[in-house]
Amino acid sequence: MEFITQHPVLVVSLGKIAVLLFVIMTVLAYLSWFERKVIAHIQSRWGPYYVGAHGLLQPLADGIKFLFKEDLTPPVADRLVFTLAPFLALALALTAIALIPFGPPMQLLGQQVFVVSNSEIGLLFLFAITSIGVYGIVLAGWSSNSKYALLGGLRSSAQMISYEVSLTLSVVGVLLLAGTLNFNGIIAGQQGYWWHLIPRWHIFPQIIGFFCYLTAAIAETNRVPFDLPEAETELVAGFHTEYSSFKFAMFFMAEYANMITVSCLATILFFGGWLSPFPDRWTWQLFLPGAALLATGVYTAFDTVAQMRGLKRLQMTIVTLLALGIGSLCLIPVVAHVIQGPFWFSVKVFLFMFFYVWIRATLPRFRYDQLMSFGWKLLLPVSLANLVGTAAWFVWGWMRHG
Amino acid sequence: MFSEFIDRRAPGRYYISALNMDSSYLDIYAPLLLMFILAAGLAGVLVAASTLVGRHKHTREKDQPYECGITPTGDARAPFSVHFYLVALIFILFDIEAIFLYPWALVYHELKVFGFVEMMLYIMILLVGYIFLWKKGALDWS
Amino acid sequence: MSIPLIVFFACALLAVAGAVTLILAREPVHSALALIVVMLSLAILYLLLGSDFIAAVQILVYGGAIMVLFVYVIMLLNAGAEERTDFSKLAKFAGVPLGFFLLLWTAHWLAHSPAGRAAGTGGAARHGVSTIDLSLLIFRKYLFPFEATSILILVAILGALVLARKSE
Repeated sequence: MEFITQHPVLVVSLGKIAVLLFVIMTVLAYLSWFERKVIAHIQSRWGPYYVGAHGLLQPLADGIKFLFKEDLTPPVADRLVFTLAPFLALALALTAIALIPFGPPMQLLGQQVFVVSNSEIGLLFLFAITSIGVYGIVLAGWSSNSKYALLGGLRSSAQMISYEVSLTLSVVGVLLLAGTLNFNGIIAGQQGYWWHLIPRWHIFPQIIGFFCYLTAAIAETNRVPFDLPEAETELVAGFHTEYSSFKFAMFFMAEYANMITVSCLATILFFGGWLSPFPDRWTWQLFLPGAALLATGVYTAFDTVAQMRGLKRLQMTIVTLLALGIGSLCLIPVVAHVIQGPFWFSVKVFLFMFFYVWIRATLPRFRYDQLMSFGWKLLLPVSLANLVGTAAWFVWGWMRHG
Repeated sequence: MFSEFIDRRAPGRYYISALNMDSSYLDIYAPLLLMFILAAGLAGVLVAASTLVGRHKHTREKDQPYECGITPTGDARAPFSVHFYLVALIFILFDIEAIFLYPWALVYHELKVFGFVEMMLYIMILLVGYIFLWKKGALDWS
Repeated sequence: MSIPLIVFFACALLAVAGAVTLILAREPVHSALALIVVMLSLAILYLLLGSDFIAAVQILVYGGAIMVLFVYVIMLLNAGAEERTDFSKLAKFAGVPLGFFLLLWTAHWLAHSPAGRAAGTGGAARHGVSTIDLSLLIFRKYLFPFEATSILILVAILGALVLARKSE
């Protein structure tokens, strides 16, 4: 008992972590629904439709199905490493999210509310944790003792380490502008507006760095068009060919979690994190989150009445009531103030996730040799040139103003 | 709007030692460790659930490595191209270079032109290595 | 017991256990995994000493880069499980006693010499540096060693090329 009162940080962060993990797991589940739905609509299909209204219960059904599927471990596999690989992949992918600040540094009980670990060198720790994530893939590929898995694991890890260099280099330009490795510091440095209208986000001076980051980040997360390790026409399913049941699902969850992490990072580094895109003087923006939720509620209300029958009608009614209820809650000024930062942050991250899915639905896949030379021969020099250019721009400024 | 919360350039944090550590330092990294422990616990529960729930019935066909229905031949752990090894080596070298850039970017505004010159020298020397790698075809993938 | 102390003992134990596993494991990949555990627990020990930058770099370079190379090499060589052999005579009669002697010596040094006692109680690290101070040190005072690392890396690049060429 005394132990706990001496360290309030443990109790508070335990609460924060519990909430964070719950939210992240829910988001991970619904990202699969989101991805299938968006791709389906891009390809003129309906996507998940039968389980629940608009297929909203599909993730739940998937989860249960994964759990009750037979969990096969090939006898030729290395049992310990085979089990360790999905565990490592998911645990590390989730840990990295602890460093992300989802809102401004508001304090409650002397602890920051919106971030679990506000490290002074958060960016380095984030890269450190994600760099360990590569083992999940290498070990899965090696331990399966299957040709496809080994090749997939090798390709995937070689790709990840190749693009990691460009990823780390592309961010240095932003760091030169920000002068800090702390996430909240980087975001705070993007406050203010050009001509009282355009936000001073790093995306504008660092547009080249941003594209380098974006490309490297997509490659790091093994997504289309860089999803060579999972090129099903060549390698079946790549490094997780031999995995089944929930272990298979865990690789997917890790992939989604990594996508969220790199999207959060892009938001923080280039798009002002939890800052609003509108000038402060537009006070009506305070009520934007509530209004958006209310609008959603009204839309789903019409949808419920017009389209849904039976059980699905009940489900959509619940969704509608939730949207309307939370929406009107968000209109209370205090709540509106608190929710402002996380709202903008999640909107930006959501747009990135949409972008990811959009790319997957539209772009073809690279060839492996093209992919490797693209990383080493184009992305690396360009991101290096970007950082040298940024540094030189500062020197030019110092020369002029002494 | 939020500027009152933020100390843009946090002053250097001083700590004493592991045993009587400055509490702000503990406040930062203890939650990170806690997050790892809990995330690992969650992942562990999922792995355990996957192993425990669901039926397990081995058959000869099921136990074979998946090769699209063709009977597997030879060992899967065949030696692979030395090129992967070279990529890992080059990666380490460039990664170390990239890591030096982070503390440099942190204090660039204090070092000013001096910092620019020393880093350009550093990058130049490494650029020689990079061009050499390119010319020798180490970056090609055949 | 305070939290840092608990974490210290946990990580110290983990590091030693990892090191022992590294030697005793028969499968090379298991050994590599054990070494990764050692590296990561060392990183947490650095963190406890107040050096978060070194901790992050330890994870990034040793955990994320060098150990990937190790694992690659093990996979490349396709080394199977090693055979269990007896200790060599040299190890039995020189190595083991020498190891014990070293352990006792270090313990003695920590307990009795002033510098050792200071290190043991954390006195030596009484005035640590923040990451900014550390960076200024690297780029001002230790400018020459910093530039020298680039030459070192250059040489390593050449070495890597020669090695890869030879084995092809």
